[in-house]
Amino acid sequence: MNENKAPEVINQFTGEKWYYSDTVKEHFFHPRNLLWERPKNQNEFDAEGMVGSPACGDMMQMWMKVDRNTERVIDLKWKTFGCASAIAATSIYSVILTENGGMTLDDALKVKPQDVMKRLGGLPNRKIHCSVLADKAFQKTANDYFRKTGQNHRIVVEGARVVDPTLNITDKDIEEAVLEGAQTLDEVQKKLKVGIGASEEVKTDIESLVRFYSDKYYG
Amino acid sequence: MKNKNKIKVGKRVYLDHAAATPMDPRVFEAMEPFWVKNFGNAGGLYEEGRIAKEAVQKSREAIARLIFAKPEEIIFTSGGTEADNLAIFGTANFFKKGHIITSKFEHHAVLNPCLELEKRGFDVTYLEVGSEGIVNPEDFKKALRADTVLVSIMYANNEIGTIQPIAEIGKIIQNYRLQSANSRLIFHTDACQAAAYLDMNVNELGVDLMTVNGGKIYGPKGAGFLYKKSGVKITPMIFGGGQEMRMRSGTESAPLIVGMAKAFEIAALEREKESARLCELRDYFISELFQKITKIVLNGHDKKRLPNNVNVSILDIEGEALILFMDAHGVSFSTGSACTSESLDPSHVILALGKPYEFAHSSMRFTLGRSTNKEDLDYVLSELPKTVAWLRRVSPLELDPNAASMSHPEAFAGENLRVKAKSKSYK
Repeated sequence: MNENKAPEVINQFTGEKWYYSDTVKEHFFHPRNLLWERPKNQNEFDAEGMVGSPACGDMMQMWMKVDRNTERVIDLKWKTFGCASAIAATSIYSVILTENGGMTLDDALKVKPQDVMKRLGGLPNRKIHCSVLADKAFQKTANDYFRKTGQNHRIVVEGARVVDPTLNITDKDIEEAVLEGAQTLDEVQKKLKVGIGASEEVKTDIESLVRFYSDKYYG
Repeated sequence: MKNKNKIKVGKRVYLDHAAATPMDPRVFEAMEPFWVKNFGNAGGLYEEGRIAKEAVQKSREAIARLIFAKPEEIIFTSGGTEADNLAIFGTANFFKKGHIITSKFEHHAVLNPCLELEKRGFDVTYLEVGSEGIVNPEDFKKALRADTVLVSIMYANNEIGTIQPIAEIGKIIQNYRLQSANSRLIFHTDACQAAAYLDMNVNELGVDLMTVNGGKIYGPKGAGFLYKKSGVKITPMIFGGGQEMRMRSGTESAPLIVGMAKAFEIAALEREKESARLCELRDYFISELFQKITKIVLNGHDKKRLPNNVNVSILDIEGEALILFMDAHGVSFSTGSACTSESLDPSHVILALGKPYEFAHSSMRFTLGRSTNKEDLDYVLSELPKTVAWLRRVSPLELDPNAASMSHPEAFAGENLRVKAKSKSYK
């Protein structure tokens, strides 16, 4: 990762600082596939999923209808608590999955945060967090569908690996910290509010994870 | 389904005066001759220099008079942050070690220097501010120690506007100095937000150092000053030609200093009348907000707050989204939501009140100013409830307005974040 990169506010696609694209604005002011009324009965949708928390400032809930024969996503409704980019990212994500007759579940699960960002015309770096949430919400929704249709072998749970056993810090914690803008071991420590990396071995492991996630989301 | 968010364009209602104020035309006029015509260096012995020097000196005298200080006690700086840094690092560098007392919800220009000093070996006490956002003088008294070298408590909080008992703390310090062996401790207050509305008599307040910022009182940005009582010893931060009584080197910016003084004079002159006018508008705005919007919580004491400050948490929605929507409707204000901060951390001020994170994400600050009138507020009151209602339809949340701990801790489960809520630990 480039050491001289300016703080998180640069939009990696347009180079603009702290600015939303017209697509983001359009989907923020006029979100598509928003769920207006909560489902009255459990069978109205085939599956649902929720991620995030209001304490984090982002929370997303999704409801899905699936064509059981073709496994295409017929309908994907959502509600989001969060900033403009979180709302816009969920909106465009729901469009990507349902347009042109709908994606199959397998294809839908391959949609990456980067695809969402491209369709949005880019997001400022520190807002990439928001587009990651949409795909996590969908993974949970898909898992719910697999569970309900007895396809437990298709469920994907994001496994977490403990990297610092004394403090029980996992690779997911490091991922979160990087998504929130941490770029060094020191900054990760600040985000997690603990002094991680008791031994050199743990430190090296954490540093390589920081590099890995930085490349994944910002590289 | 299409929503009906018609975007109006036209008049703007600016309600972020705690962030920046428009420059008063009288200030602009006073500064004008010092850019092109009277450009001299105040250090010069010739006429151009004398003109600049006289302007700077007159400005220093004007400010000193208004805060009941001596002219040589006014150190002009580049603004509030520099004055705060000078106060804190200046004191710390003079004493080299010791104990510092501050509050949990200071401005970052005070908090971050304190955090840095902790790294350098200083011991720092961060006082609690209670659910109303006011430091308890009794807590303060208990925190005082024989090795306390610096006390830094803000006059009024920048986010929630709560007014701190500075004069009372000043008296406690005065007594402490007489009764203990520690007579050297220094009392600093950041008065950036208070300067336009509260009593600025440094003798009444009992402070040794006081920060004021021009950009918050209808003066120029990039101008401020630190009041430093005679005899109080601190180490300078900026070394050079020895300007500002050797406390802040660098050629004096005559236009900024003249503007700073003019703005301060106008503020002092209009303080009483403007405060009374804004208090009435503030209370009207708060009571109407509570009538028109459900699930809304006032942050900070309802009366012991600046006349221009309204800070509320509007639950179930997130600050940035509301701000962008209202911006499109011509209304400007700010939020304590993490989404708008560089660090992605939610407001430390709202958290210091003991409120859960989600209250910080949904906190909105409206700060009124000289141009604000009832029509402006009525316009906001007509647009805001509609926008809040819309964003609540978008949001999946249903928060409890009386919550003291985090909602939906279960949402964290499986995300591998350690969450403690309601005495349970979720994983």
